Amino acid sequence: MSMKKRKEPAVIYSQEKIAEGIYSLWIKTSFAGEARPGQFLGVYINNDAKLLARPISICDVNKEEGLLRMVYRTAGEGTKELASYEPGTEIQVLGVLGNGYESALDTDDLNKALGDKKVIVIGGGIGIPPMLLTAKALDKEPEIVLGYSNGDLFLEDEFEDVGNLHIATVDGSVGTKGTVIDAIKEDEIEGDVIFACGPMTMLKAIKQYARENGMKAYISLEERMACGIGACLGCVCRTVNKDHHTHVNNTRICVEGPIFDAEDVDI
Amino acid sequence: MNTSVNIAGVELKNPVMTASGTFGSGMEYADMVDLNKLGAVVTKGVSDKAWEGNPTPRVAEVTGGMLNAIGLQNPGIDVFIERDIPFLKKYDTKIIVNVCGHSVEEYLNVVERLADQPIDMMEINVSCPNVKQGALQFGQDPKVLEEVTKEIKAHAKQPVIMKLSPNVTSIKDMALAAEAGGADAISLINTLIGMKIDIYRKKFVLANKTGGFSGPAVKPVAVRMVYEASHAVKIPVIGMGGIATGEDAVEFLMAGATAVSVGTANFAEPKSTEKVIKGIEDYMISQKIDDIKDIVRL
Repeated sequence: MSMKKRKEPAVIYSQEKIAEGIYSLWIKTSFAGEARPGQFLGVYINNDAKLLARPISICDVNKEEGLLRMVYRTAGEGTKELASYEPGTEIQVLGVLGNGYESALDTDDLNKALGDKKVIVIGGGIGIPPMLLTAKALDKEPEIVLGYSNGDLFLEDEFEDVGNLHIATVDGSVGTKGTVIDAIKEDEIEGDVIFACGPMTMLKAIKQYARENGMKAYISLEERMACGIGACLGCVCRTVNKDHHTHVNNTRICVEGPIFDAEDVDI
Repeated sequence: MNTSVNIAGVELKNPVMTASGTFGSGMEYADMVDLNKLGAVVTKGVSDKAWEGNPTPRVAEVTGGMLNAIGLQNPGIDVFIERDIPFLKKYDTKIIVNVCGHSVEEYLNVVERLADQPIDMMEINVSCPNVKQGALQFGQDPKVLEEVTKEIKAHAKQPVIMKLSPNVTSIKDMALAAEAGGADAISLINTLIGMKIDIYRKKFVLANKTGGFSGPAVKPVAVRMVYEASHAVKIPVIGMGGIATGEDAVEFLMAGATAVSVGTANFAEPKSTEKVIKGIEDYMISQKIDDIKDIVRL
């Protein structure tokens, strides 16, 4: 199913700031035809002093036009530089990386594997963008819960088109005041399976919530990476059982992840 | 054109190898790199039992390089023999197994397990800055290094490369100690000990606080140390530290190295090893050099 990993040039098609420190980037790339929900790309900066690829999740694809979208936060010097690139700029991209939801659920057909199960799609902060491609991949409209720190929302209108949207903000300016779990409780959202990406505190709370409510949770993990392809062992996560590749209780987020059954990882 | 080099009786088709820890056992790079083109694959360090390594974050980018504190996570020699060596045997390249341990006994356990394995050489990591016990302590005292080298040589069936740390006062003394212990070759430099602090989060970036600094920024230090070491000993020197291009590799050869390793550059450009090989050939053509051994040694 998966194509060979490769590093190749891509051209910036458009780039815009959609919230404070949040940028939406469309690139023209052959990876658009291969990208699956939950996967990510390694984006190199056009600067020899910044060696490593930035792992950035895939937010959306337009296969017909060969376009792929990443929505990222300017967290450091590298992403700030990326945010300054104009349309037409060529960048180097390593892809497609990570397992995605299909591999995590050990299926070629996400909808078939889910059957009648109701999905709750949850995104928190900069973990929101990859959930758009994920929500779009589902035949049955999911319940969508997005958590922001304040009213400076992004992507919410696009999520509204693909599911039943609920919003939580830490400062209470929009939707439920509090966390995504608070929104799930307040809006009495029910489901069988959770797909989630967001900060570690959120993922821990979701793991706990899913366990208490007899739900299955698939969570997307993040870690600093060097190679992005499983060689350097930089981006590991503790696992409950011994990992089949590493033979210790550590798994490679860039290859075996970033999507994991929450019960398999020790977070 | 002849690019082959000889190290301890092992003929490499070209002087370019991978630096331990940056290339796994080649499996992950095989989609992007033709392993048949490499002079040798130097594997990630392997110990007698599986090692879990350090907590994360284990890597951080710095200007012109990176820090790592992986902590030599590896599946142990049994899995390595079953999985990694057979994989590498499918390719027309030399196999150099990097060996790590907390104690002399642990090194010897691995060395002995490798005795009947179809590998070409072993590289002994006495210079990892990221494991608390062992490793670096063997690589910072010339007397200890000489003793460890002797012990390993007494048990090893394949030629032994001692990998030296740059975190020493005199690299010349360390090179001489390895040679006196009977090493067939030395390789250097391992990473320089570094640190990065996130001043906004007010925390160390690496969970281990310190990490090994590598990448283009360390190259001048590496070239100087390879020069000093190679002029002190008669055994071959494998040079590494910031090599990303053919020109970088030639610089190390001129400094006195017989072969070179490409490390951190693999992360920046997965095809770096192939590019370095091509770059050396381009240099030889432009300088009308037919045999790599004719590259001037300064």
